[in-house]
Amino acid sequence: MTYVVKPKFHHPELPKNALGYTHRDYEGKISTLCAGCGHDSITASIIEACFELSIEPHKVAKISGIGCSSKTPDYFLNASHGFNSVHGRMPSVLTGANLANRDLIYLGVSGDGDSASIGFGQFAHCMRRGVNMTYIVENNGVYGLTKGQFSATADRGSKSKRGVANTDSAIDMVGIALQLGATFVARSFSGDKKQLVPLIKAAIEHEGASFVDVISPCVAFNNHTGSTKSFDYVREHNEAVNFLDFMTGQAPIHVDYAPGTVETVQQHDGTTIALRKLNSEYDVHDRLAAMSFLQHHAAKGQIVTGLLYVAEEAEDLHGHLNTVEAPLNTMNEKELCPGSAALDKINASLR
Amino acid sequence: MPIESVNDFVIRFANVNGSGSASANELFARSILRMGIPVAPRNIFPSNIQGLPTWYEVRVSGDGHLGARGGTDMMVAMNPQTWDKDIASIEPGGYLLYDSTKPMPKSKFRDDITVIGVPLTAICNREYTDPRQRQLFKNIIYVGALSALLDMDVAEIEKLIGEQYKGKEKLFDANKHALHLGRDWATLNLDHPIGLRLQRSNAVGDRIFLEGNAAAALGAVYGGATVCAWYPITPSSSLAEAFTRHCSRLRVDTDSKKNKFAIVQAEDELASIGIVIGAGWNGARAFTATSGPGISLMQEFLGLAYFAEIPAVVFDVQRAGPSTGMPTRTQQTDIISCAYASHGDTKHVVLFPEDPAECFEFGAISFDLADRLQTPVFMLLDLDIGMNHRLCRPLAWDDTKTYDRGKVMTSAMLDAGTDFGRYLDVDGDGIPYRTYPGTNPTKGSFFTRGTSRDRYARYTEEGAAYQDNMQRLLRKFDTAKDLVPRPLQANAAKPTKYGVIYFGSTSPAMDEAIQMLEARGQHLDRLRVRAFPFHSSVASFIADHDFVFVVEQNRDAQLRSLIVNECGIDPVRLVPVLHYDGTPITARFIARAIGDHLDALKVTPLRKVVS
Repeated sequence: MTYVVKPKFHHPELPKNALGYTHRDYEGKISTLCAGCGHDSITASIIEACFELSIEPHKVAKISGIGCSSKTPDYFLNASHGFNSVHGRMPSVLTGANLANRDLIYLGVSGDGDSASIGFGQFAHCMRRGVNMTYIVENNGVYGLTKGQFSATADRGSKSKRGVANTDSAIDMVGIALQLGATFVARSFSGDKKQLVPLIKAAIEHEGASFVDVISPCVAFNNHTGSTKSFDYVREHNEAVNFLDFMTGQAPIHVDYAPGTVETVQQHDGTTIALRKLNSEYDVHDRLAAMSFLQHHAAKGQIVTGLLYVAEEAEDLHGHLNTVEAPLNTMNEKELCPGSAALDKINASLR
Repeated sequence: MPIESVNDFVIRFANVNGSGSASANELFARSILRMGIPVAPRNIFPSNIQGLPTWYEVRVSGDGHLGARGGTDMMVAMNPQTWDKDIASIEPGGYLLYDSTKPMPKSKFRDDITVIGVPLTAICNREYTDPRQRQLFKNIIYVGALSALLDMDVAEIEKLIGEQYKGKEKLFDANKHALHLGRDWATLNLDHPIGLRLQRSNAVGDRIFLEGNAAAALGAVYGGATVCAWYPITPSSSLAEAFTRHCSRLRVDTDSKKNKFAIVQAEDELASIGIVIGAGWNGARAFTATSGPGISLMQEFLGLAYFAEIPAVVFDVQRAGPSTGMPTRTQQTDIISCAYASHGDTKHVVLFPEDPAECFEFGAISFDLADRLQTPVFMLLDLDIGMNHRLCRPLAWDDTKTYDRGKVMTSAMLDAGTDFGRYLDVDGDGIPYRTYPGTNPTKGSFFTRGTSRDRYARYTEEGAAYQDNMQRLLRKFDTAKDLVPRPLQANAAKPTKYGVIYFGSTSPAMDEAIQMLEARGQHLDRLRVRAFPFHSSVASFIADHDFVFVVEQNRDAQLRSLIVNECGIDPVRLVPVLHYDGTPITARFIARAIGDHLDALKVTPLRKVVS
C-alpha cells in the first residue's frame, strides 16, 4: 500500500469515452490493500469496464459487506455513492437500495468470507429473488484482514500458509448461483484482465441477477505451494470455456475469428455479446449442462472460467413485484398518501 | 346470589383452536357495539393451528373501560380440555353456559354459579349432516342462545351477518338460521334474560373498532412508506400482512396498474432490516415489522444505521420471551433492547402508542422522524393492542400535511456551491445534510461507513474525529427530545405528592385504576410517556412528586431503568408496579398494588391512634 496522494492531473491525450470521460474519472481513492493483491486487479477491471461502457459514475451505487474485498469500492468510481455495510449483509442492503431506486446500476462487491460463510444465506436469497445487480465475489479462499484463516471456498485438502490442510468441503458459489436462479453466471481470474473486463461489462448490462466469481489470490496469506487459490495454481488449472467480446447497442458485429467458433448472444435489453468458443460443446444457455460441466471439471481439479450461463429471458425483482417505473424514492405525499376522504371511508367500515 | 348487572360484565368463551369459534365470538362482540355499548375483546390464544385451548374474552363496559378487568362473570365452556379450570375461574354468583348434550356428573359443576345447559351438539346433529357444518354452526348457535339470555337486539346481529355475507345469500341464510336455532331453543327452554343483561346505549359514539397492527400498517401507508421487508413472527405478522392488504387497495397506480410499493418477505430478520436500511440509504421510506427475537437478530444492523445515520422504521409488536408458547402472550419487554439496541454507544428513538388510533398516528409520523433525524425509529406496540380489536377515536388525516423528508441536499444546492459534509453539523442541531445516491455527476457523493470517518465522510481512525462525531450524535438525540410525541399529563382533582408514569397498552387499565383509587380517597397525578428520548417534562414531573409509581408489563422495570439512567433520578423515588404473567394488565391489579403501597406510606403514628 502507499500513502502517496494520487495527483489529479493526467496526460492530455488520454483516451475518452462517449461521455468525454477518461478512465481517471472512474478511479477512486488509493488502495490500502497489499501490493500485488488480486483485488486491485479486479478494481482496475471494474474501472475499465465502466469506462468502456460509458457509464455515468454517479449512476452507480457500489455496496459491499466487510473484509478486504469489501474495502475496494472506495478505490473505484469516486463520483458514486458507496456503502461499506455489515459483514455478509451486502445482498440485503443492495436489495433495499435497488427497491428504492430502480434507475441506478447496482454493483455489489463481496468476498468469499463475506458471501460464502456469514452471508451465505443472503447471497442465496438475493440470487433467488433475481435482484437486478452485478454481484462480484473476490474469491481468495482465505480471511485476509484477520490474518489467514480458511474461508468456506477453500478446497478440501488445500493447505494454509502454516501448512495445515483444510478438511471441510468447499462451497462452489458459481454452482449455487446456477442452482438458485441467477440469470447471468461467470467465473474469471483476477490475473486475466482480458477475460474479466468483458465479463464485468456483460454482467452490468444484464438486467437481472448477475453473478461473477473472480478467483483473486491473496498474496499475503494464500499464494503458497499447496494452496488451490494461488496465482500459479489457478494459471495451471484454468479451463476457459469461452472468450467474450462485449458490444452494446444495435451496431452490426464484426468478428475476426474462424467461422463456427463465434456465437453472438443477443441479450433481451438489446445488447449483444460475441462469444468466442474455446470449448465447442459448451452451451451458455444450458443451465443443467453447465452445472454438470462444472462438477466434472472440479472433480479433476480444474477451474472452469468464462461466461458459464446466461438466461435467454431474464427477469428481476421489480418485475416480480410489479413496481411502478418511477423510482420509489422520488415519490411524495401526492403520489403516496390516500388522503382524508379515503380515511373517512375506512373509518366508516370499522364501526 | 346470581350477579345482576346491566352493560357491565365479562364473558369468556373457552374454545378449541381451529374450531371456527373466532368469527362467531367476534360477531357477538360487534353486535354489542352496534347496540351502542362499549366492549373490549381479547384473544388468549396458543402457539398452535388446531387443537389447543383458546379463549376469547369480551369485557362489556357501559362506562367505557377498555382495559382487561380480570375475573369472568359468564363462561361459555366449549372446551372439555380446560373445563375444570374454566369452571373454577367463574366469579361467585356467575354463570356457566355449556353443551348439555352429554350428561355430566354433578361434581363437575359448582353450587354458587348459575348453570345453563344448551344441547348444542344434539341441535347440530339433528340439523346438519356435514361434520364441518356441525362444528361451525355450533358456534353461531351459542351466539343465538346468548342473544336470548342476555337480551340482545337480534336485529343487530342479523344486520352484521348480512354485512359479512353481502352478496352471498346462501351463507347469510344458513348463518341466520343457525342463530335462530340457538335463540329459539333458549327462548323456549331457559329462564331469560339472566342477571347479566344488555341494554341499548349510546356510549360508543363515532368510535371505530380495529386492531393496532392494522392501524399501524395504515399509518405506514399514510406516512409514505414504500418499502416493507419482514419475516413472519407472532404477534407482528398481521402488521405486514395488513400493509400488503392496504397497499393493494390504496397504492396501485390507476393508469399503469403498477404498485407504488415493494414488499419483500425476507429470509430472516437480518435481511429484513438490511433491506430497510438499504432502501432508507437510497431515499425511500422503509420499515420492518417484528417482535422481540427479531429485534435481537437485528442488533448489528441497527448499530450501523445509528452510526451511518440512515432512516429506518421498526414496528416491534412485543410479546413474552423466546421460542414457542408464551410468545403468544402480551408484554412490554423490549424497551431496553430497542432504546439501546446494538454494539457501541447507541441510543434510539422509541415511540409508545396506547391504542390503534395512536398506532396510526405514530405509524405515520415515525417516517417523518426517521427522515428528519436520519436514524432508526422504533414503534413499540404489544400483542394486546396489536392483535386485539380495540375501540378508539376515528383515524384522522390533515390533507395539508406534507412529508418531512429531512435535510436532503439537492443537485441544485450542490451546483450552487453549498458546502457538503455528510457529517457536518451546519445548523447546530446535530443533524447533517445527506444526499441520495445519483444526485449529481460530480458533487455530493460519499462513502458510507459505520464510524471511521470525519465530518466530510473521509476515512479516518483518529480518536478526536470519532469523539467529535459521537458528541454530535448526542446533540442530535437532544434535538429529538422536542420532536417526538410529548408526554401527556393528567392531574388529580386534589393536589397530591404522588404521581404515576405509564405507557402503551396500559392506558385503559390505568385510567380505570385511577377512578378506583380516587373512590378510595387516594389521588395521583398521571403522566403517560409517549416517546424516548424523554421530554424534559418527565424529569420535572418526577421532581414535583415525592414518589412516582412506574407501571409496566415486564419483570425488570425497563422504563424505570431508562428514566433513572437518562434523567439521573434517584431510583428510590420511582416505585415499580410490575405485571408480567403474559395476561394484559388490569385496573384491579394496578389499584391494588398502588393502593397497598400508599396505605403503607400512610401508617398513622401510634400516638395518634391511642389519643
